[in-house]
Parts: sequence; structure tokens; C-alpha cells
Amino acid sequence: MIHFVILFSRQGKVRLTKWYSPYQQKERSTVIRELSGLILTRGPKLCNFVEWKGYKVVYRRYASLYFCICIDPDDNELEMLEITHHFVEILDRYFGSVCELDLIFNFHKAYYILDEILIAGELQESSKKTVARLIAAQDSLAETAKGEAGSISNMILQSM
Amino acid sequence: MAATSSSPSLVDTLFQRSLDDLIRALRSSSSVTEAAAIARALDEIRREIRSPDLDTKAVALQKLTYLASLHHLDMSWAAFHALELLPSPSLPRPRVAYLAASLSFHPSSTDLLPLATHQLRKHLAPSPSNTPALVTPALHLLALASSADLACHLAPDLVPIVSGQSSIPLRPKAIATALRALAVCPDAAPVLFKPLVDCLSLSSEPHVVSAAVSAFCELALAAPDPSPYLPLAPEFYRLLVDSRNNWVLIKVLKIFARLASLEPRLAARIVDPVCQLLRRSPAKSLVFECIRTVLSSLSDHDAAVRLAVDKIKEFLASDDDPNLRYLGLQALAMLGPAYSWAVEESREVVIQSLNDTDTNIRHEALCLIMGMLCESNVVEICNLLIKYAMKCDPDFANEILDAVLATCGRNVYELIVDFDWYISLLGEMARNPHCAKGNEIERQLVDIGLRVRDARPELVRVARDLLIDPALLGNPFLCSVLSAAAWVSGEYVESSSNLLELVEALLQPRTNLLSSLVRAVYIQAVFKIVTFSFISFIKQIQAFDTKSSADRSTAFENEDGVATADKAVIFDSIDNNETIKHESVSHLLDFVETTVGPLSECDDVEVQERARNVLGLIRIIRETRYWNIVAEHELTRDNKISEIVELMEAAFSEDLGPVSTNAQKRVTVPEDLILNENLSDLAGVLGDIDVTPCTSISFSLRGHHPTKSKEDSAPVIEPSSLLAEHRKRHGLYYLSTEKDEVESNDYPLANEPLLPVSHVDDAKDIVKLTAQSFIPRKAKSTKPRPVVIRLDEGDGVSSSGLTMVKEFKDDLLSGAVRNVLLGNESKPSSSHDMSSDRTSQRGENDASNNNDLFSQPNESNALDGREHRKSSSRKSRHHIRHKEKNGSPGNEDTEEKSHRHSTRSSRHQGKHKHRQRGDTLPDVVPQEPVIQDFLL
Repeated sequence: MIHFVILFSRQGKVRLTKWYSPYQQKERSTVIRELSGLILTRGPKLCNFVEWKGYKVVYRRYASLYFCICIDPDDNELEMLEITHHFVEILDRYFGSVCELDLIFNFHKAYYILDEILIAGELQESSKKTVARLIAAQDSLAETAKGEAGSISNMILQSM
Repeated sequence: MAATSSSPSLVDTLFQRSLDDLIRALRSSSSVTEAAAIARALDEIRREIRSPDLDTKAVALQKLTYLASLHHLDMSWAAFHALELLPSPSLPRPRVAYLAASLSFHPSSTDLLPLATHQLRKHLAPSPSNTPALVTPALHLLALASSADLACHLAPDLVPIVSGQSSIPLRPKAIATALRALAVCPDAAPVLFKPLVDCLSLSSEPHVVSAAVSAFCELALAAPDPSPYLPLAPEFYRLLVDSRNNWVLIKVLKIFARLASLEPRLAARIVDPVCQLLRRSPAKSLVFECIRTVLSSLSDHDAAVRLAVDKIKEFLASDDDPNLRYLGLQALAMLGPAYSWAVEESREVVIQSLNDTDTNIRHEALCLIMGMLCESNVVEICNLLIKYAMKCDPDFANEILDAVLATCGRNVYELIVDFDWYISLLGEMARNPHCAKGNEIERQLVDIGLRVRDARPELVRVARDLLIDPALLGNPFLCSVLSAAAWVSGEYVESSSNLLELVEALLQPRTNLLSSLVRAVYIQAVFKIVTFSFISFIKQIQAFDTKSSADRSTAFENEDGVATADKAVIFDSIDNNETIKHESVSHLLDFVETTVGPLSECDDVEVQERARNVLGLIRIIRETRYWNIVAEHELTRDNKISEIVELMEAAFSEDLGPVSTNAQKRVTVPEDLILNENLSDLAGVLGDIDVTPCTSISFSLRGHHPTKSKEDSAPVIEPSSLLAEHRKRHGLYYLSTEKDEVESNDYPLANEPLLPVSHVDDAKDIVKLTAQSFIPRKAKSTKPRPVVIRLDEGDGVSSSGLTMVKEFKDDLLSGAVRNVLLGNESKPSSSHDMSSDRTSQRGENDASNNNDLFSQPNESNALDGREHRKSSSRKSRHHIRHKEKNGSPGNEDTEEKSHRHSTRSSRHQGKHKHRQRGDTLPDVVPQEPVIQDFLL
């Protein structure tokens, strides 16, 4: 299974983390530090897999972002590369040629999209169209709800 | 609304910074001020999150989530606030709360988790207000953060979603969630498993099937015993043949790889579809999975292996894709020595990979080569690897050294036939300029000395070469190797050819570069050498005395002392080939005295103590009359000298042997010893100097005394008598030696072949290794393998109980799963023998078969299945009966049992006709021992 997904920039800044196995906050920081150190030092044109503490980490660089997926040793590395690419394509379609800033300012959207693709460390939805449709539906629902609750008068009323 | 002075005001609410504001502020701050900006934001959030206004709270929580997930802030303190937002009717708020919770909750450390139970249940319930946008994050939280309790409570609520009664997009998500729930709470299996199995049916949507296959893949791979999943094989087989989704196929292949080991006929069945995928699929990921499946589970099918190896070659040949090269090497490494022909065919690529720019690929290539090592090629491959390590970068050089040391040392040097070669290889490794593996080399040098008697002369030779080289002393990584070398040359000094040279090496000026501990070892070695040379010298004289007492006087008139007088006699009596002359011993003593002398003032106590020992010994030697007599050409017998010789001999003559790691376990606790007793009287025991005669524990020395006969008549000598006393009192803590001797003899006194020493003359380049073969060649035996002392099977291998807990849990799960799949209420033992296990359970629970899990009629395959069934029924029945006989011997007699069995199965046939049909329809069915039960 997938243990976690991490996105970080070329400078080692974390852009998204999703933990499918329980890790404490301290462990999470250590993991990110170790992995970004391990992966950022690797040059281009090398293979996309690193072994790390008995796990395998499959990473791939898209523009300035590194996408890393940590899996068990008997999982399929190439499949993970395909899933990464799948995720990137969906992000690209949703944001319209996605860039790092999109993920920074819409970090929750990025999570929601990832959650449509992977649940509990398992691949869920292999159709890009379906994911796009589901996310769009969520967005419209959220927008209408916000419209109802967002006005200042409403806020004043509630806080009285 | 209870508003205290510290509670957030309306102003906070009105002028709250949004998430975007926060992000902009953080981005505009420099790396120096960022920490301060975060701290300020956190203060704000702490205030805002207590706001009675839910929107303010939600925004605060969202900001906190951002900080926590991207700036590693701890947000466990906000768990309650996330829970507060869950029941809100406005959709964005619970979504924000769920996101925060699923990112921050931890199943074991979030105490408030039980508080979420009710709200989760409400959101999971099938109702129109629960849109997918709400249920999805709820499922997420359950999947990521559920504790065993939470999973058990909510498992029934998952069932309607898993079985497709709610909205369709949620079904695969619920399946994945159910998988997590099963993993943390095996007790949920009776509830969840049947709906999960239903998801595999033909009528399910593709993405539901896909999610279910992932779930079963995870379950089967995690289970220590996957046999409970065997009954599902027909479904998986259908998917293997029909599915066009690569990701599903990969999972199915993984499941089969696991199941095929349990049921050989399954392997025969899947080999064709797997080969077809292997040939036709354009997707590398699927091809790779096929290769893995073939190599791990279908290795008996030669055609399939051939095909897989061809594909691996394609992988290895893809110059532009390092990923494929890496995976190709990994796949080859799975094959093991039995398939060395496959590696042989790709030899050049593998060797070239040692030069790859990618360290991971180099590492894989090295692992592969190490995996191919066997007795017959270990010499040439290791020689070349060590030569290569001389020239490559430090990291990889050490990796090579590590791999060679680990592989050659594995299982008490099982690969090594020619220990002389291996010892010199160890010496060569130590000379590698990048060598940082000194500790392991040290361990092996000493270990081989202890275990392999025949290798000692070579060991001493290699140790001498290391000690004599002043250049090595400056390398801090080699300290430990030199320490081992010093110890070896002291301990096995009798194999040494030139004692003076050795002592000079041990006392050379540059030894002051060594750490004091190593220096102490050096001086102790000098001590042993001085002792040895003195003893040898004296024995020479004694031997001469006894043999030729008649012409004693003439002999000692000779200027040269004893030596020239009667060489033949003396040669018989001593080990060494060279006679030891008085002069040389005298010179040795002088040299030691002058060089060790200053060390008696050394700051370090260890060094000082040993230096004083040596000097003391030399003084004793010089004081003896015998010593001086020889020089004065006089002769009088002196008893004192023989006393000294025996004393010193007793101190060193006993061989040190290896100690088993399990030695402590083997010591039986005497009946009258209560281990938990208070140890306060220990002081009394220690103070007690009197020897309390011990009971009947016998003890024999393992030592190989060269002068055993002498020992019997020896007068009481202090050290040995003390030792004997010590052993008498504490003897039971030592290994019983008889056993060791027996076991060491057990080791095959091999006539195993030994390679003719490398025909590669001075191969300077690693590429030359390509000229050699990984295939074991049977070479003519030139020399038998020496005896290697092995204490027991457990030597060097310690079993760890670390995984016990997890396995226990998994066992619970597979037990529960088996119950569900087999319709059994009783708790089955986890047995690998499915059929016998099942038949016996069936007997006990005849009436309780209430689950009908197998009713997925597959009419198209029905005929197929039945035909096969007919042909195999006789055989299978026999098979089962046979198994029963073996399974529980001595319960009832066989006739009675088979009678019962047949009545039982006839009842089955009547009662469960529908079941039988469902079970046996798909065409792989006859391969399953499980189903045969119904075929009788």
C-alpha cells in the first residue's frame, strides 16, 4: 500500500503531505527532512526509485515540484509513476496548466483532488473525467453554501 | 453565549485574516521573519478558533491546517475544535473540519477520537442530505485515523455504502475504508467481508471491482497465511482473463503470486494468461508485474521463466530509461543461484551496471552479483570486486566491501572453501584506501582464528604483513583491524616464522599513533611472544636433557648453546622448524626491555599495566639460574625453571573457542536456584573465598594441549588451580564441551571442490569480470575445506519476537475471514492445510452453514467446471481422506472416520446443492482443495 504522498519544491519546501499510515507529528518532520535530503541530491537522468528504511520511495519531478510516493517493497514502482502522472494530469486539468502557486493558494483543493484519487493508500478512481466531475460538483455545492453563510450581516447575527 | 474577557470579540470576527491573507503574509516574509510570522498567525488562530462564530472558527481551523501540513506545526490541541465543526449544516464547515481531522488525528494519540463516532455515523447513514461531498471526507477520516474501537463501532454503518445502496461514487471509497477497518479491527470481518466479496461480482461497476481487488490484494499480502482467500480464486481468475485495466491486473497478479504458493495447480492454471499478458501488454508496469509473478511463483514453468527472462533483457537493454534498468536488475536478483544461466546471459550488462552513474543501479548490480555467489565462483568474483573497489569512489568501495564481508561471512562462512585465500582477501580489503569496515574485518579475522584451526598459519602471515606496514598505522579506520592482527599473532604465535621481526613490528615507534586500547593489545601480544619463545627455548633444552643426558656436558660446551649439539633430537621435540638459540632469545628480551621500558610510565593504565607485566616477566626469566647457566656453560638441574614454564604455559595454552549466542539459554537452571530471589546476599557469596565443593557438574577443557601428558603430573600451579576452582564453582555457566566437539565434527569434512586459483592473471579492470561466468563450475578438488567450528544452528542467528504482535493480529483477521468465507462460527486454528482444516471444521459445524458467499453463477463456465470435476473427483476424494488420516492421528480408527466422512459429505450434497453449484462453476474451481469437499 501507499504509506504517504509528499510534494516538495526544489528548495525542499513542502507543498503537500498526505499520510496513509499513522505517523506522529515528529516522525513526519523527520521523514520529510530525510527524504527531501535524499531525493534532492539525486541528479537528473537517474532512476526514479530510492530505497529508504525498508520502503521504496518513487519520486518524479514535474517542473519545480517533486512528487514522492512511499510504498512497500513488493509494490509496483512503475504503477506508482503512472499514478503520479495521473494525479498531475488531473491537477493540470483542474487548475489549467498547474503551477506551484496554484497548489500553495489552493492547498485544500489539492487535498480534495488527491482524496478522490487515493483513499487509505489505495487507488480509487482511474478515470480523469470522473474525478473532474466529482470535484466540480463539490465546488459548486461549497460555493452555494458559502453564498448563504458568507454575508457580513449573517456573521454579525451569529455572533450576537 | 458565555463571553469572558479573553474570548474573541466581534472585531476578531470582522477583521479576521483569510487563508489567502495568511499565505501571502508568509510568502512575503523572508526566511528570517517567517518563524515570527508563523508564531503571530498561530496566536491569532488560537484566539479566533474559540470564537462562537462557526465561520470564524472554520477559517481559523483552515489556516491552522495549512500551517500544520506545510510548516510542521503541531495541531493536536485543536482536535476538539475540529470535532465542534463536524455537525454544522453548512457544507464547507464540516469539510474543513474533516480535512483538518484526517490530516492531524492519530489513531493512538488522539484522545478525543471517540467523540467523533456519533457524527461519523450520522454522515455515513444513507440520507439525501448526506451528499458525496460530505460522505467522502467522513470515509477519509475513518480510513486514516480510526482506532480499533472506532472501526468496530462504525463497521456496520459502512455496509450499506459498500454494498451499493447509497450513491454510487462512494462505493469504492467505502471499500477502501472497509479495508482499513478490517486491518485495525479483525472482529469486523463477519460484518464487512461478505459485502466486500459481493463487490467482485460481474454486475459491479469497473471501479468498484477495481477498489475491491485492491482491498483483497492488500488483505492477502498482509495475511501471514493467505489460505482463507483461496475460495475467491475463481473471481480473480475471471478478472485476470477479462479485465483490460492494467491497474486491476497488477493487483490480481499480486494476489495470485501469493496464492499460487499454496496451491500448485493454481500456478498451472494462471501460467497461460500471465504469459499472454507478458507477450502482448504495452504497459511496462504490467509487464514488470508479470515478470515478478513468474519469477516468484511460477518458477517451475520453464517456458514462462524463459519469456520473463527475455523481457528482463529488454528492460536491461533500455539505455534511455534508468528505471527499467534498475527494475531489470532487481528482477534478475529475484532468480537466485538456481537460475544463474539467466544472469549469465546478461552478464555484460550486469557488470557494466557496476559503472553506472546512478548509485542505486550500481547497488542493485552489486546485490545481484552477490546473490549469484556460490562456492565455485566466490574466489574470482570477490577478487575482482575487491580490485574494483580500490579504484571506485569511497562510498561504493565501502558498499562493495560491506557486501563481500557480509556474503562471505554469512552463516559461518558457508561459501568459503579456501580460507587461506579468504584471509588474504581480508588483508587486501584492509589495505583499501577508503576502507571503513575495520570493525567487521576485525571481527572476522578473530572469528576465523577461533573457528578454523587450519587457517591459523595463513592468518598469522596476513597479520604479520599488516602489522609490519608502518603506513597502515596512521589510518584511524584500520585501528581495529590492526588490533585483531596483533591479537592473532600473539595468540597463534606458534605459527609465526620470525618472532623477532614480529616483535619489532609490534613495538615500532609509529605504534604511538594507535589508541591506548589497541596499544594494550599490542603489548599483550608481545607478552605472549616473549613467553612462547622462552618456553620453546627451555623445552628444547629439557628435551635435550632427557634424550641425551649422557653426553650432556659435551653439548653445552658448544658456544652456540644447545642447538648444534643434537639437532635431530631437538627437532623432534619442538613445533618450530627453526631452532631457537639462546642468543636470539636473549636479543629478543633485550629489545623488548628497551622498547617497552618507557611504556611502564605511560599515562594510560591499560598500557602501563601490560608493559609492567612484560617487564616483570623478563625480569623473572633473567633471574632464573637456568638462563644464566647456559651462558656459563654449566649445567645444574633446576626445578624452578620447569615450574615457571608450566605456569606460563598453563596461562596461555588453553584455546579460546567461539561462544554460541544461545549459550545462556542452554544452561539449565538448577532446581534449587530461584532466579527471582533477592540478590542481596550476593555480597556474601562474593566475599566467600573458600571453595565450596561443587556438585556433580563435570567439566572438561576444550583446550588442545600440546603437552597433555605433562599436565597430569604437574605440580600445583597457581593460575591453573585458580582456574580449576573457578570452573568448579561456576562450571555450569560454561558450555558443555562434549557437545561442541561432536557438533564441530558434524560439519561436513568436505571433499567439496575448490576452484583452481583465479585464472585471471592480474585483472586490472572490472570489465574483465565479463570474461567469467556466474555459473558454478565444478572444478577439481585440490584441497578439502577445513573444519569450521559451528556451535549450533542458532549460531549467529537470533530470532526476534518483534513481529509477533502484528502477526497475531493478522492471524485474527485471517481467522475471521476464513470464518466468513467458509460459513463457520468456530474459531479455526490458522493452519496451512486448508482441506483437512476445513473438513474437520465442517464436521463440527454442519448445521451452522448460513452464509452463502459463493452464489455468483457463471453459466458460461459451468460445463467446463463440471467436466473437470468428474475427472478429478476420485483423486481428490482420495487426497482428502489421506490428508485426514495424516492430519489427526490416533483420534479414531481410520475406517470409522472414512465412514463418517462419507455420510457427512452426502449430507452436504443434499443440503447445500445451491452452494455447491456456486462454488464449483467457474473453471478454476477444480484446482482448489477447498472445493473438493463438495465434489464427493
